[in-house]
Amino acid sequence: MTASAARIPGGHYGFWHVARMEWIKLRSLRSTWWTLVIAAAGAIGIGVAVGINTRNAAGDLTNNALAGIVPSLLLIGVLGALAVTSEYSSGMIRTTLSAAPRRPLLLAAKAAVFGAAAVTVGEAASFMAFFAGGATLRHGIPAPALTQPGVLRAVLLSGVSFGLIGLIGLGLGAMVRHSGAAIGVVIGGVYVLPTIVGQVAHGLGVYMPIVIIGNSLTTTKPQLCPAHADYCPHFLSAWAGLGLLGLYTAAALAAGGWLLARRDA
Amino acid sequence: MIEVRELTKRYGSTLAVDALSFNLRPGTVTGFLGANGSGKSTTMRLILDLDRPDAGQVRIGRQRFGELRWPLREVGSLLEARSFHPGRTAREHLAALAASNAIPRRRVDEVLDLVGMASAAGRRAGKFSLGMAQRLGIAAALLGDPPVLLMDEPVNGLDPAGVHWIRDLLTSLAAQGRVVFVSSHLISEMALMADRLVVIGQGRLLADTTVAEMSAGAPSLEAAFLAMTEASTEYRTTSPADGRADWPTSPGRTSSPAPTSRKEGSS
Repeated sequence: MTASAARIPGGHYGFWHVARMEWIKLRSLRSTWWTLVIAAAGAIGIGVAVGINTRNAAGDLTNNALAGIVPSLLLIGVLGALAVTSEYSSGMIRTTLSAAPRRPLLLAAKAAVFGAAAVTVGEAASFMAFFAGGATLRHGIPAPALTQPGVLRAVLLSGVSFGLIGLIGLGLGAMVRHSGAAIGVVIGGVYVLPTIVGQVAHGLGVYMPIVIIGNSLTTTKPQLCPAHADYCPHFLSAWAGLGLLGLYTAAALAAGGWLLARRDA
Repeated sequence: MIEVRELTKRYGSTLAVDALSFNLRPGTVTGFLGANGSGKSTTMRLILDLDRPDAGQVRIGRQRFGELRWPLREVGSLLEARSFHPGRTAREHLAALAASNAIPRRRVDEVLDLVGMASAAGRRAGKFSLGMAQRLGIAAALLGDPPVLLMDEPVNGLDPAGVHWIRDLLTSLAAQGRVVFVSSHLISEMALMADRLVVIGQGRLLADTTVAEMSAGAPSLEAAFLAMTEASTEYRTTSPADGRADWPTSPGRTSSPAPTSRKEGSS
């Protein structure tokens, strides 16, 4: 067609090209690093605080050391939402789609990169929180070891939960598109809703993402009820919880991807 | 060659683009003229698959934009100046785009040089003036050395030297055999830059012609443009009474519709 058209190489852009773009975009924002560092530091700090104050050697010490995971996930969920919504608020989305117009591919690459980053930070934070929380135990309580039943699973799944909550946030961000609204939906849907559901319908509470993470993924053994509890919820097993959380994540990404592909950008 | 065929887009009850058809040829600068709200930006967005048309299609070569193998190497575009994240540096912004289309990293520094931004490459883009932001957008459009360039108001925010620079740049790109499609409010700028003109009003094609033909018989290109668009221009900002026809008016007071139209130089 023209002189310059002849220089267009063979092949076509694909997942890895778009993933490289998304990785450069993610790492080149200072806010990414600050948020991840604060989330990790929060998880470790809470683990230490709980470790220092633990008096009951019979409790789930691993779950105690991982007590900071759920609060930290709030930041990860919001960061995931902002990974999409900031494209709209800044106008970057126009540029992104002019480089990679296949929208489901774009969302898949963005999710893969963000999910991998979140899991990496999550694993680092979980292991550090576990060791720091164990090391600061007092009153002669022995630190839990990774070789004890269920401990390694709990620590690993804590890290995985960073990726899953981050991607739920990312999917919600793709659905809502507006930063403020998306942050509200993430906080409301992931944090506030479980509290309400837990009050209104006890039985459903255990299916809420945060309850799954706090009471299924980060535990070494089934949660026992206090002696005089009126009601004892049947928390999901760690693997069932992981599966359900994975389904929520897939649903959020699928809905976000479907809307991204259908709507005007 | 870009073919726009019967392109139609509605936003709610507003018909933004109405069965618009035209072709863009390689080796020419085609100016895209129309009043505010006439559908220029919507047409650009439809060509780039940012919005989905309700009817009609755009073919770039033989493909839709979304089907291009290396979009940045085939079509360079500038829509609005600030189409980047303010927290990223100019170099990182371009590096990310380059990665998406397997464009060699050295090309980033080349285009930064080309738009005169080498010294600002490490600065965060949110701090840029409108002129600098525009230059970064132009750098992104040129990144893939594409045979097609679409630019919506590229001279916005540029100083006189910048305007002169972009005019020379676009005419030289066209001279290399590329398709160059440029919208502008500045008719005098179009008279200097464009070979052909596509003129629209209320989303409909008013003229698909050459600059010489359009200015023939009129005192200036501007006069020809105003005469052509007068009939089809819809004015949104008129008297305060406008749009309140269904409000009860107090007796003794009549609301008069705006008798004159208002024109603006920029959006």
